[in-house]
Amino acid sequence: MEAEAAKFLGAGLATLGMGLAAIGVGTIFGNFLSGALRNPSAADGQFARAFIGAALAEGLGIFSLVVALVLLFVV
Amino acid sequence: MASGSVIDPIHQFQIIKIVELGQPGGIELAFTNSAAFMFGIVALVFFFLTFATRGRTLVPGRLQSMAELSYEFVASTVRGSAGNEGMKFFPLVFSLFIFVLTANMVGMIPYAFTVTSHLIVTAALALVVILTVIIYGFVRHGTHFLHLFVPSGVPAFLLPFMVVIEVISFLSRPISLSLRLFANMLAGHIAMKVFAGFIVMMTASGVVGWFGAVLPLAMVVALTALEFLVAALQAYVFAVLTCIYLNDALHPGH
Amino acid sequence: MSEPHGPAAIIVAQASPGTLPAASGVEIAVPAAEAHGSNFPPFDVHTFPSQLLWLVIAFAALYLLMSRVALPRIATILEERHDRIADDIEEAGKLKAESEAAAEAYETALASARAKAHGIATETRDTLAAEAETRRKSLEADLNVKLAAAEVQIAATKTAAMANVRGIAVEAAGTIVNTLIGATPAPGAVEEAVDTAIKG
Repeated sequence: MEAEAAKFLGAGLATLGMGLAAIGVGTIFGNFLSGALRNPSAADGQFARAFIGAALAEGLGIFSLVVALVLLFVV
Repeated sequence: MASGSVIDPIHQFQIIKIVELGQPGGIELAFTNSAAFMFGIVALVFFFLTFATRGRTLVPGRLQSMAELSYEFVASTVRGSAGNEGMKFFPLVFSLFIFVLTANMVGMIPYAFTVTSHLIVTAALALVVILTVIIYGFVRHGTHFLHLFVPSGVPAFLLPFMVVIEVISFLSRPISLSLRLFANMLAGHIAMKVFAGFIVMMTASGVVGWFGAVLPLAMVVALTALEFLVAALQAYVFAVLTCIYLNDALHPGH
Repeated sequence: MSEPHGPAAIIVAQASPGTLPAASGVEIAVPAAEAHGSNFPPFDVHTFPSQLLWLVIAFAALYLLMSRVALPRIATILEERHDRIADDIEEAGKLKAESEAAAEAYETALASARAKAHGIATETRDTLAAEAETRRKSLEADLNVKLAAAEVQIAATKTAAMANVRGIAVEAAGTIVNTLIGATPAPGAVEEAVDTAIKG
């Protein structure tokens, strides 16, 4: 296999991590919403926390995007 | 930026030298479009805040309400995450938040340069945060600051592993903080440009393409809305995480 | 980097006769073999120093402007409003307390006036009653005196009358005896006889 082709394949595979991060973010907001619907009065206080969790989960997915970018442009 | 027939989603991130400043010590220095936008952002923020509050009216007008809202929003975020003690970092957090927010929003203007889509910029901002945390933590608490890495109530045989994990998680903070902002802005802008490129491609292929181009057009409209949301959200996330890290500097030890 | 031909550049072939139509006019540019970071602006190390330099200057300026000028200004405005609202609330509370005090004073005055009125009424009634009583008493005493005087007079009159009756009876008895027997009895005997009859 050509090195260039392998690079593109690797970058494509790395982006799968972003989809997995999307599952995590979806889980966080889904659970936040179901909790908020059970106890709407407590929802506002936990709003920032939900976003922090989503940001952390997203950050891990972003790493895989960076891996893809590095494979495409740097390696 | 569609220049002629070439649609290059990366071109928008190009750094263009406006004034070359020579190479002192072998380092290339130049006044670039990025620098121009940075100063534009600073001027925009400053003049907006001073212009909006010029009346100092008791009952705020629209602009003054915006200025006060941004102030109180950041203030409540700082108070909520780092407590009243954290208010001494309020100017820093506010500057970071307003800089990132304005940079993201200015980047949404067509043909504008997005300052925060450059890794070195976000990394520098994250370094400002983490250096503030480390320096303030040591100045304020001395070696007690190192308790941050020693979680309490952990069995002795697990402690070395926990310390290693805590140190790694601490060191990954500036990395994730900068990469998150950088990658969000980069990926969003690339996605928008790619879909916009599809419109140009389809319309180039005739009348059928004109109808087919409706789909990517709708996608671009939706993506634009999403990007505005992301632009605001990433600025907020940056500010909140800054507050949380500062809280560690204020109250180390779990 | 003058005309950027990024690695992921999408090129729209404008129906150039050389391109295969099967490619639907779209082809992905193959990255140049010498692609080494500089093709991707965010990873282009050559731009880092100038970006860092200007970012430091710009952000320091922003921080100074925010912490010295803009934020204190907004803080002052918010504080003034806060103080003003607090003052107004305090003022309203004071006014409310004042009005409550006034209402209380009114209630007190009303109650005292009522009590006073009641007192005056009672006093008047008592005075009038006492006066009436005095007058009645004096009247009674007066009447009693008059009654006693009348009784004395009656007794006197009666005594006088009784004395007169004896005289008349003695005279009448003497006259009667004179008429009957033609002889005038001794006045002592007649008087004695009359006294015995009166007593009898």
